Amino acid sequence: MGFLDRLDKGLDPVGPDIMLGTVEDLLNWGRSKSDWYMHFGIACCAIEFMAVNAAHFDLMRFGAIPRASPRQADFIIISGTVTLKMAERIKRLYEQMAEPKYVFSMGSCANSGGPYWEHGYHVLKGVDRIIPVDVYVPGCPPRPEAFLEGMVQLQKKIRHQEIFRKREKMSPEDLKAIEDRKIEMEKQYQDYLADQKLKNQEIG
Amino acid sequence: MAERKDIEIDFGRIEAQRTRLNLGPQHPSTHGVLRLEVELDGEIVTEVVPHIGYLHRCFEKYAENKTYPQVIPYIDRLDYITSMSNEIPYVLGIEKMMGIKVSEKVEAIRTILAELNRIASHQIAVATFGMDAGAFTPFLFFFRDRESILDIFEKLSGARLLYNYIRIGGLMNDLYPSFKNDVLDVINVIRKTNAEVMDLLIDNKIFIERTINIGVLPADVAISFGCSGPVLRGSGVPFDLRRDEPYLNYDKFDFEVCVGKGEMGTLGDSYDRNIVRYHEMEESCRIIEQALKILPDASEDVRSAMPKKVAPKGEIYAKAENPKGELGFYIVGDGKNKPARIKSRSACFVNLSALPAISQGSMIADLILILGSVDIVLGEVDR
Ligand code: SF4
Repeated sequence: MGFLDRLDKGLDPVGPDIMLGTVEDLLNWGRSKSDWYMHFGIACCAIEFMAVNAAHFDLMRFGAIPRASPRQADFIIISGTVTLKMAERIKRLYEQMAEPKYVFSMGSCANSGGPYWEHGYHVLKGVDRIIPVDVYVPGCPPRPEAFLEGMVQLQKKIRHQEIFRKREKMSPEDLKAIEDRKIEMEKQYQDYLADQKLKNQEIG
Repeated sequence: MAERKDIEIDFGRIEAQRTRLNLGPQHPSTHGVLRLEVELDGEIVTEVVPHIGYLHRCFEKYAENKTYPQVIPYIDRLDYITSMSNEIPYVLGIEKMMGIKVSEKVEAIRTILAELNRIASHQIAVATFGMDAGAFTPFLFFFRDRESILDIFEKLSGARLLYNYIRIGGLMNDLYPSFKNDVLDVINVIRKTNAEVMDLLIDNKIFIERTINIGVLPADVAISFGCSGPVLRGSGVPFDLRRDEPYLNYDKFDFEVCVGKGEMGTLGDSYDRNIVRYHEMEESCRIIEQALKILPDASEDVRSAMPKKVAPKGEIYAKAENPKGELGFYIVGDGKNKPARIKSRSACFVNLSALPAISQGSMIADLILILGSVDIVLGEVDR
């Protein structure tokens, strides 16, 4: 796939080994094959993630290596029920990660609140309310195979990204749109928190 | 050459300063989302305050809003490593309230599944405890073998982790044909791996030196905290609900209650708690073998005793010996199809409460091991 394919085709047995491609391709290819992750295991899904990580499913063959610190991680895996008490911490961890960064939401709880969507007065209904999610893996808990499929999807996404689109070169409209979106998300989150607080009071 | 002078330096008095350290909620070795506020004097822990509630998932609220059978999936999610065992006290309690009698076969199956789940849970406990001590290989061994237990559960219930298999008055469905052989195979595999892990980890001098004499929990303290399960038995108290207040058909089986003996260090240290779990796996294998013998071969309708309407009246406290300790449900029914109230007594929460007492005065590096030896699951602590 991708970069190496091109190399194979262009390889001449006697001539010089020349391969044409953009630097971006090369970087993306490298990035997609060595994404280091920070695992933020919260609940049951974390146990399935441990199974993914262990010998039977062996996540490391995708080049994913666990890091304990958000500053060294390329993507963060949120696996489990995100409670309101936890939400702030997750947001802070996400902000500590270096760009480019990705978010992996594992399980129904992180996707949408899962089994706790209805009366869960202390459960955030989806981690995408506080941080932008790149890959959603459905299931309660997702099968390890489903998780690996998500991993492949993430690699695909990384491979087709434009990393050299510098912010300086962006049009003012685009920049403004990004800023607006940030403010909007922040507002949504605050509204949601306030909303939840009100509801909790009602419940007593 | 200049004459050498003795130089006297006055360093003054170095003030001992207490450090406050936050461990978690995001920390790879807190076994979940537990936050420990630790006060340190140099390297010595002077105070530990566990902060919980990061995984409060409103279990009791849900129990009030769902019908009796619908509560079972939420009970699975309390202690998500031991779902099969979790379902048993709840189901037994409601069956007792409604006067339902289940068949011999159903009881035998429940016992086998509960014991298989106990093995799976203890495998994780011993594996992660080894990992806390720096041993990664046993983790891989145990997780490899745990897969074969999960395969059996998956063939039965369709799920790998959260089963919803044991129902009020019966089971979700009957056994599949090769169940007995599968279980026997799994037992063989487990025994083999356990022998390997004994050589690799448990009998390893480094591991022993690392885990003895830390986190000593004397028997009287354990009892006064209300600890149960391997934490209590590790302190040398032979208390096991399976033997002392038999439920299902445990009274028919011959098995030993493993207790810590303090053979390496002090009685009730981290090593003892771990070794109790290790030996319990073997006892579980023995129970499963005996249960397989009395398991009737003929296929029967395991759903025959399931009631059409579940609306018990009255209140009951039902308990069972879970891998982590005594899990109890206090169920209040008022004749409607939804419970009026369910309170769960979770072993992990109670066992965790003993942590501040046993980790005081230990080294900061040992704190993680002590926490690992208590073996908590935050889903059950916070509920
Ligand atoms: S999605 Fe299901 S398995 Fe995952 S954390 Fe939520 S309840 Fe647990």
